[in-house]
Amino acid sequence: MALLEARGVNVVYSPARGQRIWSVRDVDLTIAHGEFVGLVGESGCGKSTLGFALTRMLRPPAHLSGGVIRFDGTDVASLTGERLRRARRDGFALVLQSGMNALNPVRTIAHHFGDVLLANARPGDELSGDRIWRRAAELLEAVRLEPAVLSRYPHELSGGMRQRVSIALALSLQPRLIVFDEPTTALDVIVQQAVMDTIKDLQRERGFSAILISHDLGVVLEATDRVMVMYAGRIVEDQPSRVMAHGLHHPYTEALLNCYGDPRAEVVQLGGIPGTPPDLSVPNTGCSFAPRCPLTEDICRTQDPPLLSLAPGWAACHVRARAAHVEEEVGSVR
Amino acid sequence: MSASDVPALTVSGVSKVFHVRGRGRRTVTAVDDVSFAVAPGAAVGLVGASGSGKSTLAKMITGSERPTSGEITFGDTSVGKLHAGGLRQLHRRVQMVFQDPYGALNPLHTVEYTVMRPGQNFLGMSHAQARGRVAELLETVGLVPAAQYAAKLPHQLSGGQRQRVLIARALGSDPDLIVADEPVSMLDVSLRAGVLKLLAELRRTRGLSLLYITHDLLSARLITDEILVLNQGRVVERGQTKQVLQHPTDKYTIQLLNAVANPFAANGSEQNRSEQSRKGAGGSITGNGAGGPTTGRSTT
Repeated sequence: MALLEARGVNVVYSPARGQRIWSVRDVDLTIAHGEFVGLVGESGCGKSTLGFALTRMLRPPAHLSGGVIRFDGTDVASLTGERLRRARRDGFALVLQSGMNALNPVRTIAHHFGDVLLANARPGDELSGDRIWRRAAELLEAVRLEPAVLSRYPHELSGGMRQRVSIALALSLQPRLIVFDEPTTALDVIVQQAVMDTIKDLQRERGFSAILISHDLGVVLEATDRVMVMYAGRIVEDQPSRVMAHGLHHPYTEALLNCYGDPRAEVVQLGGIPGTPPDLSVPNTGCSFAPRCPLTEDICRTQDPPLLSLAPGWAACHVRARAAHVEEEVGSVR
Repeated sequence: MSASDVPALTVSGVSKVFHVRGRGRRTVTAVDDVSFAVAPGAAVGLVGASGSGKSTLAKMITGSERPTSGEITFGDTSVGKLHAGGLRQLHRRVQMVFQDPYGALNPLHTVEYTVMRPGQNFLGMSHAQARGRVAELLETVGLVPAAQYAAKLPHQLSGGQRQRVLIARALGSDPDLIVADEPVSMLDVSLRAGVLKLLAELRRTRGLSLLYITHDLLSARLITDEILVLNQGRVVERGQTKQVLQHPTDKYTIQLLNAVANPFAANGSEQNRSEQSRKGAGGSITGNGAGGPTTGRSTT
């Protein structure tokens, strides 16, 4: 059985009376035990909101307006109060983009670990100061930091170190799912690579499931087993990471891929994606990407495509699904 | 303006030493004996990771920090010796575009107000004159229809649009040199190409020079002719951008090149990296990304 299974997840922001923004629309997803999945899309596509919904971290004005989120068999979408707290403690953790802002500037790093471990102590846990210290030192070692960091304050650490502390804190309750929300976006390339390497190693060593949320498809493909591409609140493509760089994909995915290049190449050209994503406060008809898409046909403007087979994965595109279907038929005739 | 009217920027033997407060007399050399020039109309890249001194150099070039030693000249002006009036003159000709398009705009000012201020402040225009140029400036940076954008507040714009407003503001004083400090690093990958193309085009059509500061070698390759790679305040490699990136000789440059995220190289680099990795035995991860769920689970 899958670790996490979500069906028909919808998230709506209602910032003011009568105003509604459909940020996540009818998302189905499954995360297997030990699987590392990427969630990619532009700012405002709903990827962080979806990550927050799955970990039940949504705050007003956002709320889960529908859907089932089954974590290890339990529907966490309907949990509240103490039962939700317990489900979180035993199940999942979230690592945020800015390690700086996630840490308390007037507390030492050791204090942060104490907070997490004491607040979530299970009955029968004996947590002396000494034990917390040792446990925290182990966790820091796992993220390649010296135990000396424990007595430091957040401002004494570099951006990369702070992000490593955030990761160690997320590990402290041995979660089975960790959602990383843009964990390296605020870091420079070299530090980003080192932090991503640590995340990959930890995931493989410890075998937790993970979701990596990022706008950077390149970073995601280097780390994950599978990637889901999100556009305007929906998942538009779901493929194994290894096939992403080749073959036919959703036109949005292809446009994202065109934003990359090799700085060493003889000729370097970079594509962007013209236009802007749709306004999510207006219900749309047809495919949300149609106004920016080079392949748009009549059907795209009238029918919102569901996820259709685009082997080996899925894509929500009429045109691509038809092309793939024709190819399959030709193949079977041969 | 033709390129010949644009003065050259010359940085010669510039160092910057910061004194660290606290016990003892510690010093940090942020920039260490750096020399280079930006010829009229040229685009030069300063490349390096955090702490390499590239932003400190930018601050010295725009006069907001003074070099500890060495000299920076822009045309026949010596930047390090300028005071209030002279700095104002300098800022008419040298404008900056900053990294954070959220932090660099006043949230209470409309786009129109933001973009017309340099005309009034630096070119002595009347309110009406400055206002009259707003549409043209917004169109130059691709914010069309201009009238619609002019009335907006920063929070109503996307990151890419905000960055374009910053560029329009920088153009507002008719500068000769634009110093762009990581102008695209906070933008979505999909928006970067648009802003980079805009900078390249402005350089061509207006003949202005560009000093482009970044840690992203791909963007440096796209808009600069020449780069300097900085590591801990020192220039470790320099030359024609394409030449340096295709045939890097310094270890640090190679490290920066390897850190560039490239989906097309993802599988290859994954293999390379795991070959070098400490624990070669866990090799089941290579070449088969989807094999993850079935490998190496121990703790729960």
